Order: sequence, then C-alpha cells, then structure tokens
Amino acid sequence: MAAGAQTGSEYIKHHLTNWTFGKDPSDGVWKIAETAQQAQEMGFYAIHLDSMGWSVALGFIFILLFSIVGKKATTGVPGGLQNSIEIIIEFIDSNVRDTFSHTNKLIAPMALTAFVWVLLMNLMDLVPVDFIPQIATYIGVHVYGMDPHHVYFKIVPTTDPNVTMGMSLSVFFLALFYSVKNKGMGGFVGELTLHPFTSKNFLIKLILIPINLFLEGVSLLAKPISHGLRLFGNLYAGEMIFILIALLPLYAQWTLSVPWAIFHILVIVLQAFIFMVLMVVYMNMAHDTGDH
Amino acid sequence: MNINLTLIGQAISFAIFVLFCMKYVWPPITSALEQRKKTIADGLSAAELGEQALEKAKIDVDAKLSEAKGEAKNIIAMAEKRQSDILDEANVKASEETSKKLKLAEQEVEQLSMRLKESLKKDLSKLVVEGAEMILKKEIDKSTHDKAIQDLVTKI
Repeated sequence: MAAGAQTGSEYIKHHLTNWTFGKDPSDGVWKIAETAQQAQEMGFYAIHLDSMGWSVALGFIFILLFSIVGKKATTGVPGGLQNSIEIIIEFIDSNVRDTFSHTNKLIAPMALTAFVWVLLMNLMDLVPVDFIPQIATYIGVHVYGMDPHHVYFKIVPTTDPNVTMGMSLSVFFLALFYSVKNKGMGGFVGELTLHPFTSKNFLIKLILIPINLFLEGVSLLAKPISHGLRLFGNLYAGEMIFILIALLPLYAQWTLSVPWAIFHILVIVLQAFIFMVLMVVYMNMAHDTGDH
Repeated sequence: MNINLTLIGQAISFAIFVLFCMKYVWPPITSALEQRKKTIADGLSAAELGEQALEKAKIDVDAKLSEAKGEAKNIIAMAEKRQSDILDEANVKASEETSKKLKLAEQEVEQLSMRLKESLKKDLSKLVVEGAEMILKKEIDKSTHDKAIQDLVTKI
C-alpha cells in the first residue's frame, strides 16, 4: 500500500490518477496538477506526462530493437534475437495477408507497430502496481520536496483512454482518408446514405437517405470508439483488479495476484492482437471498393 | 480518465513510430526474409538438380563399367588366343629347328663317316700296298702299282 494513512478508496483513486501537466483554469498557468480534482479541472489543455513518457519510451524500445535487427539482418542463419523478431514479423505479415486483400505498403508496418507497441504498453501491467509509483513517490518527495499524496504516476499507458483513443482515432482518420481516396467522395457518401435500405423508386430512396445515414453513421463512429475503448477497458479492468488485490494484507496478496497475473499474460497478448487485427480490418474496409 | 492533449500527443507519436517502422524496420527484415526464402528455394532446386545429375552419372557409370568389363573380357580372350598362337608358333619353330639341327648333325655324321671311310680306305690300301711291297719288294714299280691302287680305291 502507498505511504501514509490512506484509506482504500484514496489509495485506488491515487493509483488511477495520471501525472498531469496542464493549464490551471483558475490562473491560466501551466503547471503539474497536485490533486486529481485539479487535473480534472484542467480539461483538454493538459497532458499526461506518465502516459506519454512511458508510451514514447516503450515505442523507442520497439523501434530501436527492431531497427538494430533490421540493420544487422542476415540472409544466412539468423541469431536468437533476429529469429524471434522474424517470428513476430512473419506472424504480422501472415495476418495482414489474410485480412488485408489490397496493396498498401503502410498497413503491415502499421500493424507491426501497433501490435508490438500495444503489447509493450500492456506488459507494463505485469509490473507490480506499487513498484514504480513508489520509486516515483520517493524521488518526488526527496528530490523535489513534493507531498507524497500529490505524486501521481501511472505506468501502464494503455489504461489511459487518451492513449488507446489516440491510436484508434488515428486509424479512424486514416480509414476515412483511404475511403475517400479509393471510393471517391461520391462512393463514400453513397456507402453511408444508400445502404442498408434501398429502393428502386427514387422518391423512396430519397426518404431512406436520412435513415441510412443515421444507421451507417452510428456504425462508422462506433468503430473507432469500440476499437479504442476495448483495449482501454480490458487493461483498465486488469489494472483495477491488481490495485484491489494490492489492498489485501501482504501475506494474502500472492494468492490472487499470481493467478491474475498469469491470466493477464493471456489478456495482454490477446488485446494487442485484437487491436492490431481490428485495425487491419478497418483499413481493409476502407480499401474495399466492391459494390454493397 | 480525462480526455486531453495526450490524445493528440499519442496520435502524433503513433504516426512517427509507424513512419519510422515503415522506413527502417519493415523493409530490411522482410527483404532479408524474402532473400533467405529464395536462397533456400534455390538450394533445394540445386540439390534436386544434383540428385538428378547423380542418378544420371550412376547410369553412365554402370554403362561404362559394363562396357569396360566387356572390353576386358575381349582383351583377355585375345591375349589367351595370342598366347596359344605364340606357343604354337614356338612349338613349330622349335620342332623345325630341332629337325634342322638333326639334319645337320646327320650330315655331319655322314660326312665324318665318309671321311673316316675314305681315310680308312686309304690306310687300308696303303697297308695292302705296303704289305704287297714287302712281299714283292723288288719286282714292283711304284708308279704302275700306284695306278692299280688308285683303281682299287675307287672301287672300294
């Protein structure tokens, strides 16, 4: 449990608050939020330093590891690292080939990035919940002289909806771009307005347009939201359960945290995989020009 | 749980990572994989070709071997024949030579015996004449008697 006399709900709340840097609405100054309340008040003009820091750091780990292997890639007998990275790449490549039936050089690297990056971010969930936050608190208190209750540090970027939605919205806008590019503006609008209900009578067709637009619009908008929130929800719930387990007395924690962590290994990989596959599926739909 | 600028920051970093991956990660590794696949395929087909060549070579070797065996048999037969020929020839030559030598020896023997006979005749006639001379010492004229002896010698 975190330092000091915290109640259970305070502990949970503390663990679910990001390290936020933003514009304080009361005086217009950019600063680090001291309380969860303050972080909330900062609204949109704030940034989660922990989420950004960890995600970018993990992204760099991915890029560095893979580009080193890429640079040294031999066509002969591969070493252990190259071998494992080749397995990942072939796995992604075969998945993309199965799901994505068009040619676009962006999709496979994007799927690889999404899969490995999300996997690495999810993996942070397996680090004991208090491990790094405690170190951060120690540094915050002893180096910067902060109140320990005001040091917020979340290490799993994918438990931050900004992170998952940021990626899913990127995919969404990219899908919109490719839809318009491949189907034309008319084709894309037609897809949204002339289906699923259609008629040969022009007048009825006209009447059906708003209904179709509503239905298709909902399904269009539901895609990025469900895409991002699925990942967020799974990881958030997982993290939440780890936090709840951490509230148990020390001697009893392992009885629950170990099985949950083992189960979570599965969830982590599965969610990263689902995120990647959905992304490829959405991109495929954006490229499908066939009649509907 | 607040939606804020992190959203955009994340989108930007995602884009950067994707672009980086697209430029520096994906192409070298996939091309290495592709190249290795090609190398392996080439190696396999080369192995197959080698196997075929080996099969062909085996057939060739078999053919050559049987040919060589046949030839060797021929050579041996010829050699055997030649051997017997040579033997025959040698036999013939040897017998010819022996018969020649025999003839020569016979001739020699004959000559010798002739010479012997002649000298014997001469000695005998001399003895006869000497004997007769001894007996008829005074009456005998050497020249007429020589003639008579010569006649006798030819008669013998």
